Amino acid sequence: MAVVADQPNVDLREPPSWRRTKNRIMTWLMVLAFVLVVVPLGFVLFTVIAKGASVISWQFLTADIPINVMPANVGGMGPAIVGTIEITALATVIAVPLGVLGAIYINEYGGKGLLAQVVRFMADVMTGVPSIVMGLFIFSIWTLHYGFSGLGGAFALACLMLPIVIRSTEEMLKLVPDSLRQGSYALGATKARVTMTVVLPAALGGIVSGALLAVARAAGETAPLLFTILTVTTVNKNVFYGPNTSLPSQIFANASSAFTGAQARGWGAALTLIVIAFILMIVARLVTARFARYSS
Amino acid sequence: MAKADPAVPAGSAHPLSRRRPLGDRVFAIIALASGLLVLVILVLIAVSTSQQASSWFTTEGLTGVFSTTWNPGKNQFGAVAFIYGTAVTAVIALIIAVPISLGMALLLTEVVPRRWSRPIVYVVDLLAVVPSVVWGLWGILVLAPWLQGIYNSIASGVNGIWLLGTLFGGDNISGASFFTAGLILAIMITPIVTSLTREVLATTPNIDKQGAYALGATRWEMIRGVVLPHSQGGIVGSVLLGLGRAMGETIAAALVIGSSATITSHLFAPGYSMPAVIANEFGEASGEFRAALMGLGVLLFAFTIIINVIARGVVERSARRSRGA
Repeated sequence: MAVVADQPNVDLREPPSWRRTKNRIMTWLMVLAFVLVVVPLGFVLFTVIAKGASVISWQFLTADIPINVMPANVGGMGPAIVGTIEITALATVIAVPLGVLGAIYINEYGGKGLLAQVVRFMADVMTGVPSIVMGLFIFSIWTLHYGFSGLGGAFALACLMLPIVIRSTEEMLKLVPDSLRQGSYALGATKARVTMTVVLPAALGGIVSGALLAVARAAGETAPLLFTILTVTTVNKNVFYGPNTSLPSQIFANASSAFTGAQARGWGAALTLIVIAFILMIVARLVTARFARYSS
Repeated sequence: MAKADPAVPAGSAHPLSRRRPLGDRVFAIIALASGLLVLVILVLIAVSTSQQASSWFTTEGLTGVFSTTWNPGKNQFGAVAFIYGTAVTAVIALIIAVPISLGMALLLTEVVPRRWSRPIVYVVDLLAVVPSVVWGLWGILVLAPWLQGIYNSIASGVNGIWLLGTLFGGDNISGASFFTAGLILAIMITPIVTSLTREVLATTPNIDKQGAYALGATRWEMIRGVVLPHSQGGIVGSVLLGLGRAMGETIAAALVIGSSATITSHLFAPGYSMPAVIANEFGEASGEFRAALMGLGVLLFAFTIIINVIARGVVERSARRSRGA
């Protein structure tokens, strides 16, 4: 007992030091970074909802696009909504099968081979190609020869989506356990059959959600559509022929207009577009949560 | 490869039976073709746009292309003002976005508990879901008029002061300017830089981190001593990818940059960038004007491809190294 009493009185709590203060300052700076991100996001969403909600009505969603001088309560964005849906859907039909097949090549056939690695690397690089360049590309190989049409716009959007679909699908295929493949080979299945009936279904949830995110990104793109579809003021139901229009193109046109009516229609179109993008994103999350069997 | 491939029946004596069925081979070829499509498209982009732009390169020559005069009325198409604007706005965007993205990535990987990090990631992803054109609409109708007043007071305060006056002064102050474009670009590249950086930071081995803590390091000292050195290469790669995105971002920049082909050190003055001028002018252009805009597209494609190849290379190399370690 005497030994304990003789021990010096040591305070084990750390004294407040510059090191600890610095640690605290840095932590708060990280929180500040988050705040700096939330503020503009909140600002934009608030403005779009506040200015857009007052414009949106059934008439706005269906009526033809009036000339810019008209006040906000005249006309609507019907042709742009139809155009966005048509063109994005067509782009999806083009890009998703090709992207999934490309990923199948990289992951199932190419493996560690040089060619597959090159394709994978270039798909990564292709995600960084500016969207305006895709527009110029489709303009020079398609629009110059066959004229403006929704199909040209869909080609441009498909070029943007393709690498995203390839990379997200490939990540999902990688997660499918090899034992599934070996099991089906053992039953005598061919490689194509194993891929189509075992590997793809196992990865389906992740593939669908990755594709939906690519669609959400493509639906909001303006630059590839500027010189491939032009703009029109009435609904063009034929996506394969004749100029078309889309929500982003109309927002771009109306944003640089001086008329308040046109600006108000721009806000309405922006709200519609954001709602479409959010729905796609939420569906993607739900699909991931519901169907993803193997996740990272 | 052949002996490891379980799809080829092993040990079959007859050479014919080693052949895969027709459908199987067709499927393999289709998959290969889809994979090669990526390479084909990239080559086609380079070839077709260069072809359309060739008259610009041939009539202007190197000195014409890299001159500062842009005057479509007089058939003078110098690209330097746009290259300058692209570089300046991208650098502003990086200066703002990189510290924020790095801070947020550290916050997500090292500070907050896992169940909090998910909602934060959702919020950052929401930034990426807001389309570029909506940022542009907000930028030109809400942000630019608001910034105009702030720019004016800053400019009148710093005019005449060395460097500050050069950067933030000048008498051609506009709400739509290099700086506004840089701000919007910063917002737009933050999500991608954050998520790439986060992936890199997450590869830091736990044992190294705990070692630093065991030596008595504070969290910040642990980050500086372990996490950052470990992730250096990957962070550089994600910053480069952000740079590529900022350079190519079109519509938001086209709306808020001010649309004036001038080279000035005053960041609050209106300017122009390569993608922005293509988006704004291409519709009405014809002849050599169109070829010149197409040529700007070719230059932009070349710049972004180079930056992306370097960035992906850096990221892959550092990923391989951290896997090996």
